[in-house]
Amino acid sequence: MGARRLTLLVVLALLVIAAPFVLSSYWVGLLTEVAILAILAMSLDVLLGYTGLPSLGHASLFGVAAYAVALLSTRYGMNFWTCVFAGLVVGTLASAVIGLIVSHVRDVYFLMITLAIGMVLWGLSYRWIPVTGGDNGLSGIPSLEVHAGLPFAGPTAFYYVTLVVFALSAGAMVLLVRSPFGLTLRGIRENEGRMKSLGFNTWLHCYLSFIVSGFFASVAGVMWAYYNGFVSPTYLDLTASSELFLMVTLGGPATLVGPVLGAGMIVLLKNVMSAYTARWLLILGTVYIVAILTAPKGVWNLGSRRSA
Amino acid sequence: MTYLITQTLNGLFSAALLFLIASGLTLAFGVMKIVNIAHGSFYMLGVYIAYTVILRTQSLLLGAAAAIVVVSALGFVMQRFFLRRFGNDPLAQMMMTMGFALLFRDATLMIWGGDPFTLQYPGWLRGSMEAGDVVFPYYRLFVIVVAALVGVALWAINEKTLLGARLRATVDDPEMASAMGINVTLLSGLVFAAGAGLAAFGGVMGGPILGGYAGLDFDLLPLAFVVVIVGGMGSLKGAFVGSLVVGMIDNYGKALVPELSYFTLFAPMILVLALKPTGLYGRA
Repeated sequence: MGARRLTLLVVLALLVIAAPFVLSSYWVGLLTEVAILAILAMSLDVLLGYTGLPSLGHASLFGVAAYAVALLSTRYGMNFWTCVFAGLVVGTLASAVIGLIVSHVRDVYFLMITLAIGMVLWGLSYRWIPVTGGDNGLSGIPSLEVHAGLPFAGPTAFYYVTLVVFALSAGAMVLLVRSPFGLTLRGIRENEGRMKSLGFNTWLHCYLSFIVSGFFASVAGVMWAYYNGFVSPTYLDLTASSELFLMVTLGGPATLVGPVLGAGMIVLLKNVMSAYTARWLLILGTVYIVAILTAPKGVWNLGSRRSA
Repeated sequence: MTYLITQTLNGLFSAALLFLIASGLTLAFGVMKIVNIAHGSFYMLGVYIAYTVILRTQSLLLGAAAAIVVVSALGFVMQRFFLRRFGNDPLAQMMMTMGFALLFRDATLMIWGGDPFTLQYPGWLRGSMEAGDVVFPYYRLFVIVVAALVGVALWAINEKTLLGARLRATVDDPEMASAMGINVTLLSGLVFAAGAGLAAFGGVMGGPILGGYAGLDFDLLPLAFVVVIVGGMGSLKGAFVGSLVVGMIDNYGKALVPELSYFTLFAPMILVLALKPTGLYGRA
């Protein structure tokens, strides 16, 4: 990463920390949404960008964790840490089970299978009405500040909590992709046969990558449940998964920074545009097409000659 | 027993529709390695276009013809101007089709509104066949027969004609086929367009029963994908067998455990993936 980009990142970080002092609570809320979805987009980047496994069902793992929090907090009145812990465990377990099915599959096959599994989980949230509330979703999730018993409350407080979670998750993922494990993942992405002949258990690496990715998706899911106070099947559907996919590819896969930018661009675009028009999908569809035509390697990779 | 026969016939009907959708998807995949997210949209567009035509002409046949022509043309244009340039990048192609799927979805909502409807069909197909206790609507029977005829026609084209030979050569090895003088780009465009047309035809055939509604496209897409995964990508025979398996399981699943109907689809997919990752008739 060049000095120019590093400066850019530091400036961005300072801006993000200072934001609540200058912006209205509406924009602070939007930034919170960006931060949560950025965690989710980064988690997909570990899988898609670094391991080369294109998942089109990633939003469903996020959704499973969010539903776990929603169910436990509203129907069973569990306390805060139980909910957080359960959300993370359930989401990670779900990815561990799904990972068993998909980890030996590659390329477009992986794409189709994760898509199908994502749709199955969406279908479950939609049809399993006694548990998930069906189309109406589950509402009434307490705010994080109240539920955790924090001495402060409000959008700004939640924003800073989200920033801390974001920083921790981002730091962990950066360390992960730079570790020997992360380098092995990139090796698998580039040439699995060679990695195999070097003695690496590539299946296990893909499987672990899927679980790690699922864990961070669950982190985002737990945050989302508290941010939104409400979960419904729309957060797991194919449109959600592919929006996520767009965040990563639009921002720049295998950079971790790119997906954060992508998340920012999509969330802001969506909210700004929906103020003017109800034809959001038309715009999103156009964004897909234009993005692929103009920046197939992503915005963050536009300036650089080598890819990470 | 009556229940079993009725459900099996219903399963056959689902299978017939699925075959019409999945055969195009699997052929496009075989030739271009393209994962077409917009394939469900082709089905949906077929229903809506036929709806407009049938309202004016009262003819299911004209509706079907219009749907096939328009959607095939749309598919050809999409392939020619947007997908072909990303020939070696399946992810870019997938994203592109995703973009189109969203465009089609919103455009449909804009043009036709969100009210659900079913297609009208000719009077001679109304009524039901009765054999003992089993009652089965003629229209469903008609769709099963039509899909079977389409299947036979596709098989004949694929196995018995020069076009089919070229197609099979391209599925096996596009580079070599191109070196032998087969115009692979043109063939890809035609296959993609034909697949789109088949999906649209499926939409018209399913229209009187399943109708048209917002979200129809993404409702059918996973079913078609499961068929293609189970049968093996690129294989017509796989699409046939996959449709039967998925149609039956989906139908019995919906009848027996409606809450988990999506889940019951999961079983055959896992089973096939565990035993043969390339699908029943797919090649690695």
